[in-house]
Amino acid sequence: MSIVDSLNLTRPELILSIGATALMLVAAWAGDKATRFSNMAAIALLFAAAASLGGRGIAFDGLYSADAFSDFAKLLIYLAAGVAIILSPRWFEKEDRLRAEYPVLILLAAVGMGMMVSAVNLLTLYVGLEMQSLAAYVLASFVRNDSRASEAGLKYFVLGALASGILLYGISLLYGFTGSIDYAGIAASLQAEIGPGKLFGIVFVLAGLSFKIAAVPFHMWTPDVYEGAPTPVTAYFGSAPKVAAVALMVRVTVEAMGTATNSWQQILIFTALASIVLGAIGAIGQTNIKRLLAYSSINNIGFALVGLAAGTELGVSAIMSYMAIYVLMTLGSFACVLQMRDADGNHVEDIASLAGLSRRQKPLAAALAIFMFSLAGIPPLLGFWAKFLVFDAAVQAGLFPLAAIGITASVIGAYYYLKIIKIMYFDEPASDYAPVTSYGEASVIALTAIAVSPLGYLAIPTLAAASATAARALF
Amino acid sequence: MMAHILSIMIGLPIAAALISLFVSANAARWTALATTLTLFVLGIVLWLNYDIGGAQWQFVEKAEVFGRFSWALGIDGIALMLIVLSVFLMPICILASWEAIEKRVPEYMAAFLLMEALMIGVFAAQDLFLFYIFFEAGLIPMYLIIGIWGGAERIYASYKFFLYTLLGSVLMLIAMLWMVGQSGTTYIPALMGEPYLDQGMIKVFVIPPEVQTWLWLAFFASFAVKMPMWPVHTWLPDAHVQAPTAGSVILAGVLLKMGGYGFVRFSLPMFPDASAQLVWIVFGLSMVAVVYTSLVALVQNDMKKLIAYSSVAHMAFVTIGLFTFNRQGIEGALMVMLAHGLVSGALFLCVGVIYDRLHTREISRYGGLSNNMPYYALFFMLFTMASVGLPGTANFVGEFLALVGAYKANSWVAAVATIGIILGAAYMLYLYRRVAFGTSDNADAAAMPDLNAREWIMLAPIAAATLWMGVYPESFLAPMRKDVGTLLQRITPGAPAGDAQLTKGKGITPAKPKSHEGHH
Repeated sequence: MSIVDSLNLTRPELILSIGATALMLVAAWAGDKATRFSNMAAIALLFAAAASLGGRGIAFDGLYSADAFSDFAKLLIYLAAGVAIILSPRWFEKEDRLRAEYPVLILLAAVGMGMMVSAVNLLTLYVGLEMQSLAAYVLASFVRNDSRASEAGLKYFVLGALASGILLYGISLLYGFTGSIDYAGIAASLQAEIGPGKLFGIVFVLAGLSFKIAAVPFHMWTPDVYEGAPTPVTAYFGSAPKVAAVALMVRVTVEAMGTATNSWQQILIFTALASIVLGAIGAIGQTNIKRLLAYSSINNIGFALVGLAAGTELGVSAIMSYMAIYVLMTLGSFACVLQMRDADGNHVEDIASLAGLSRRQKPLAAALAIFMFSLAGIPPLLGFWAKFLVFDAAVQAGLFPLAAIGITASVIGAYYYLKIIKIMYFDEPASDYAPVTSYGEASVIALTAIAVSPLGYLAIPTLAAASATAARALF
Repeated sequence: MMAHILSIMIGLPIAAALISLFVSANAARWTALATTLTLFVLGIVLWLNYDIGGAQWQFVEKAEVFGRFSWALGIDGIALMLIVLSVFLMPICILASWEAIEKRVPEYMAAFLLMEALMIGVFAAQDLFLFYIFFEAGLIPMYLIIGIWGGAERIYASYKFFLYTLLGSVLMLIAMLWMVGQSGTTYIPALMGEPYLDQGMIKVFVIPPEVQTWLWLAFFASFAVKMPMWPVHTWLPDAHVQAPTAGSVILAGVLLKMGGYGFVRFSLPMFPDASAQLVWIVFGLSMVAVVYTSLVALVQNDMKKLIAYSSVAHMAFVTIGLFTFNRQGIEGALMVMLAHGLVSGALFLCVGVIYDRLHTREISRYGGLSNNMPYYALFFMLFTMASVGLPGTANFVGEFLALVGAYKANSWVAAVATIGIILGAAYMLYLYRRVAFGTSDNADAAAMPDLNAREWIMLAPIAAATLWMGVYPESFLAPMRKDVGTLLQRITPGAPAGDAQLTKGKGITPAKPKSHEGHH
């Protein structure tokens, strides 16, 4: 394949990289005045990148693959990136000031994530991961004069670097013992006998990736980073990088390690169950809504991994649907969190301040209730369908104990989601919030709420077809 | 319209719920009343157009809109009667909340209308996952009803209700996923053993007995909690006591029936071998429930709690009857379900009537109500007698049949269940004596006015239906008879041997003189 063809296949990343570079120059020349323009331009670039998806083939002699799977994940990533930009201006105006670098960093992170989900080579994987991570570290501490944000950024960086080290060590072990950094080559080598060297490689790679998706026992950074990072950034962290890292993990386990399912299945079963249980229990005592949502994300990743533990095509398709629905719920929830502002417009994150919201701001309370019930997986909301699919995959793969324990533990999770509803609907009203003023944020809330409402069930056939096509690309 | 009547009956209350959210309190009340009355009329239309002895599934609809599962509706006689019960109770519930609910009326009415849609959906669903969605979705409005409009301990009760029932149900989902994975269909009649089309081949779904046991237990976990059976009944007294009157009526009247309906629709026909094998679990738990909860009811000071415990005892009759594997038992159980829906609903309304006046459920605060509230005392007595199972009232028919069935299956169970009836008479009559007879020590209780027109309209229809069901149960049994027959056909081959050892009568042919020589 010629270099031109290869470049053509990577056109979404090219569009975003060139666009981000151009916007950086704009930011350098025009300063923060250009933020609003940059935001618009960034969203336009994301649209262009999404429109340019659809290439099929392996680029750069086996470094990068454009297929239905990567397209599905990239669509979700671009959607989340776009929403993270829409959600940003009002928050930053209040807390800090508009900075023109924000959309640039979001775009660069999106490029990294695009490479993560398209990687079919461990080095592409690593480069994509680091690109995304570096942008994320900066985003986490974007409000420079806020000590919590700085702490979040530092913590994220130190632990992220550690995880990258673990991942690199795993990659080097795999390379040393299989003689390849190519997914296909590794898969071929793993088909033969698996000695301790290869096994260690697998374990270290999975440990490094578990950190990136914040699965137990590598989750400790999540609550602190979620709490400290600016809320629009937290919304971004909760959605796009999760999709990218989960998709990456799916591709690594299925394409590179698919021939050695037995070696990693137990690891995933343990991580899945531990994430579900710990995410649920950890969330119970939280008083900060962002920390609660952080634990909720750990919990949700556990459910997604249930599908991966099945290791089947059905499981992969279930994960892709799960992530799509999860992204909608997360973005919607954080858009609601952004509306938690006291009368002076200062942002509050205390769960207690939601008390009686259903009598102060009915639509907002109803939307948040929809997201909470949906995250808890209660039918007829769409979150139920997500859980349904992953457990279906586990059951069809014969993993009954995993399915039974996982779904029972989901009841623990339901408790803290119910707590939010209880506070909003049963308790006496606390002091009023400032009214919702931003049309962008309001429409994000409205659209995501409608999508996860029972009306979303009508989209199941489309979603199922897309997920199935995406999954088939890996098998 | 008849082709889509079930969809209309589900869609209409949902639309009305959305409307009532956006109107004033009074408009919401009238919207809810008008909608529930319309649905009641539709329910009657459904009943009148139901072809008794005709096709097993009627008013069938199917639309493949969800990909993995479909919008498949259809009812048999059992579902028909439960739908009629639901739509009959709903307008009464709205009336019961007319004055009692003062805050956040639009949301309250919306929750009730939503509840009604989901109840009809549960009974009408012919798709396994559609059923599950309706079954589970009912938790949301009920959680809100208890939590927002409930009593002092409402938060605890609402959590307990939600988490208990959710925990019970999730395992059922795993079992459902397995069944659908194996059979390739989500169509309930196909899973009940009807031949169906899968990838161009006609198949009959057979579940191996050893797997049946696991599936049965998973479904049992869900229905036993919903029913509720001892020892997982503890959510019920809390939920009942804390819920507003109408919430208790719906909870006792319809939601508990979902457990029994689940046994009839799923556990028995889908896992007949496991049902026969594990019948001892059901009998054992039911026997404990009948005696234990009756004794607990005897010592209650709170009226609602007493009736709640009596519900658990009555539901034990249902489970006993269903698992007798004979016609009398199953028909009796279904009749107890209907009768209990009416009578316990009415009893909660009776409590609600005096609670609205005095704002306490403490039995000792009342007394001598037959003096100042004669009509109320009359209604209350009728429902007390019905709950006891007096002949001529609804419960008698069901309990009698269930006991006959139980005798055929296991005489010990029947004996214990009969003790339960005696205890039932004891606690109900004791309650009635303390509330209605004697003289009141409290001036405020003695000054309570008798029923007003609204309360008459609430109680009189239920009283009429109770008597109708007691005097001429055929109207209610006829639609269900053929379906019970179909069920029996499926479960009889593996039915456990009863200990009654009934022998056929020898008729009137004179016995031939026999030679006794061989015995010497």
